[in-house]
Amino acid sequence: MGERTLMNANEALAEAAIRAGCRHYYGYPITPQNDMIGYMAKRMREVGGVFIQSESELAAINMVFGTAAAGKRAMTSSSSPGISLMQEGISYLAGCELPALIVNVQRGGPGLGNVAPGQADYFQATRGGGHGDYRTIVIAPHTLQEGLDLVAPAFDLADKYRMPVIYLLDGQLAQMLELAELPPFSQEPDQEKPWALTGCRGRDPNMIRSLLLDPDVMEDLNLRLNAKYQAICSTEKRWEETETADAEVLTVAYGTAARLCKEAVKLGRRQGLKLGLLRPITLWPFPEEALKKAAQGCKGVLAVELSHGQMFEDVKLSVNGGPPVYFYGRAGGNLPLVSRILGLSRAMAEGKPVPERTISD
Amino acid sequence: MTRTLYARPASLKPTAMHYCAGCGHGIVHRIIAELLDELSLREKTVGVAPVGCAVLAYDYLNCDISEAAHGRAPAVATGIKRADSDKFVFSYQGDGDLASIGTAEIVHAANRGENVSFIFINNAIYGMTMGQMAPTTLPGQKTATTPCGRDTRLDGHPLRVCELLATLDGAYYLERTTVTSPAAVRKTKSAIRKAFQAQLDGKGFTLIEVLSPCPNRWGMSPVDALRFVDEEMTRYFPLGVCKECKE
Amino acid sequence: MRLVKITAEYCKGCGLCVWACPKGSLGLSKELNPLGIHPVQFKQGAECTGCRNCAAMCPEAAIEIYEVNDDG
Repeated sequence: MGERTLMNANEALAEAAIRAGCRHYYGYPITPQNDMIGYMAKRMREVGGVFIQSESELAAINMVFGTAAAGKRAMTSSSSPGISLMQEGISYLAGCELPALIVNVQRGGPGLGNVAPGQADYFQATRGGGHGDYRTIVIAPHTLQEGLDLVAPAFDLADKYRMPVIYLLDGQLAQMLELAELPPFSQEPDQEKPWALTGCRGRDPNMIRSLLLDPDVMEDLNLRLNAKYQAICSTEKRWEETETADAEVLTVAYGTAARLCKEAVKLGRRQGLKLGLLRPITLWPFPEEALKKAAQGCKGVLAVELSHGQMFEDVKLSVNGGPPVYFYGRAGGNLPLVSRILGLSRAMAEGKPVPERTISD
Repeated sequence: MTRTLYARPASLKPTAMHYCAGCGHGIVHRIIAELLDELSLREKTVGVAPVGCAVLAYDYLNCDISEAAHGRAPAVATGIKRADSDKFVFSYQGDGDLASIGTAEIVHAANRGENVSFIFINNAIYGMTMGQMAPTTLPGQKTATTPCGRDTRLDGHPLRVCELLATLDGAYYLERTTVTSPAAVRKTKSAIRKAFQAQLDGKGFTLIEVLSPCPNRWGMSPVDALRFVDEEMTRYFPLGVCKECKE
Repeated sequence: MRLVKITAEYCKGCGLCVWACPKGSLGLSKELNPLGIHPVQFKQGAECTGCRNCAAMCPEAAIEIYEVNDDG
């Protein structure tokens, strides 16, 4: 049994990253992830790693780019507006096929927004939020324990597929104190990175570049990325199902919204409502086949998010042709209510009319 | 018996370069390559290329090299150097890359005293994108976006990077040179050699600003372009050592 | 004697070496290189002092200079 600890999630996740062998962190302060950068400032130095508070998020993601190009594990963390600034750098990481971990602790938006939790960066995360035709693996834990357990696998995926991975949290999850078991220490795996910039002794020089002026060559890169993404879609989808086998109404949610839905499932079942939850853990690749299957036989599907409906579109696409899909969510940092999830689900189970989207209480 | 008085450096790939006839980029690439050879650095060097005319520098310099997003080369170079401080890292940028979009990155790399050698090619214009005003464009200079000549009341003044960075405690060595004659070329090589040696000695941030001819965008012959640098550019960008730390 | 070797396919005819040579020993040739440019050539019978000014100015690193001794 490992170390159980009561920690702020931001800090615990930083510790998990260090235990996964990451020794290079670059970041810029932004609420609600400041505890992460503060923890890294202290802890990275203790383990002999590199910590830089960069001058901006633009600089942070490019420092990550440099370290990744040099063949080492690197990460950054930020929150919604800062992640917007990083989109250029993420596109470059994708185009140059460099591994990196980017943590987004989502907050209210758009614009400067607020520091309350949100899930309105789903499109940005799952559609390749910068320019160009690319994707990033997106991992969305819903508890601190899950968050800690998935950090090392996130780095491994980034290395395996040579691409940026986004770790999607929200301001509620990241700032909670929860009891969790910290993962054990491990080294960054000793892996061959023949493409890395390590000095050209004994080989031809390496180049890290994404400028490919010949359209055929550019297309080849895109075809190669596409093949990589297809492979990821076949093997890396992760999700969790709660009471879906006999569910009359299926909720679909991730992160903090999923915790609310789990509570609704528990309460609903006690009241005789056959409610279930499919919780995507990877938002990209999205578990569309599992969702389509779980939705079969349901009277309705309810997507729940801390937004006005972004994952909702992927739910509709996945269920396509199956039961009707509805949405309930709140924006601006307000949390959806468990009572409302129950109310809407009950109405769906009873065949009563339900608006396609409910965005207020 | 044959003695070599000058040969093409091994740190330049055996390929033609795409730069315009008489462009300063070719001269400075050649100088960097000569120094990588002379200091036996090629195999431990990682360079960072800019966005601008020199975006294809990785096709010419025969060492490990990375692109960087426009202006971000100092941040990328920081990430590379911090990953392995044994590597010799240089960053090569033009005036848009370094002094416009990348101003924050170069200032903070200098402020942190990053132990990287920065080469700044100042030709007072944006070459690759068809000749717009650069932060270093001279007052009265006609460009694609200052068709009537740069008006300092509307478009600001030429930005003196060396002087700006000299105010920072983290900057170790800053010098401004030209490549307008064989003597000036040798002086530039000597300056860049000093910057490279400072990195090898772990001294911190160095930057050599090279006033460079851009015959094509200036609408001049290569030889006349050298004259423009000597007679016009040096009036706004004084040559010499801007900052030199002793220890 | 000094041998000035010019890689014609790199030369862009910028003329900086012609300008830099203290002996006026370089000039543009009549031939065209693959770039469609008259590359520089060392004038027949001209003098090279080994100053390396031409190589110092050349943006293409197209000039190499060797000293060849007659005794081998």
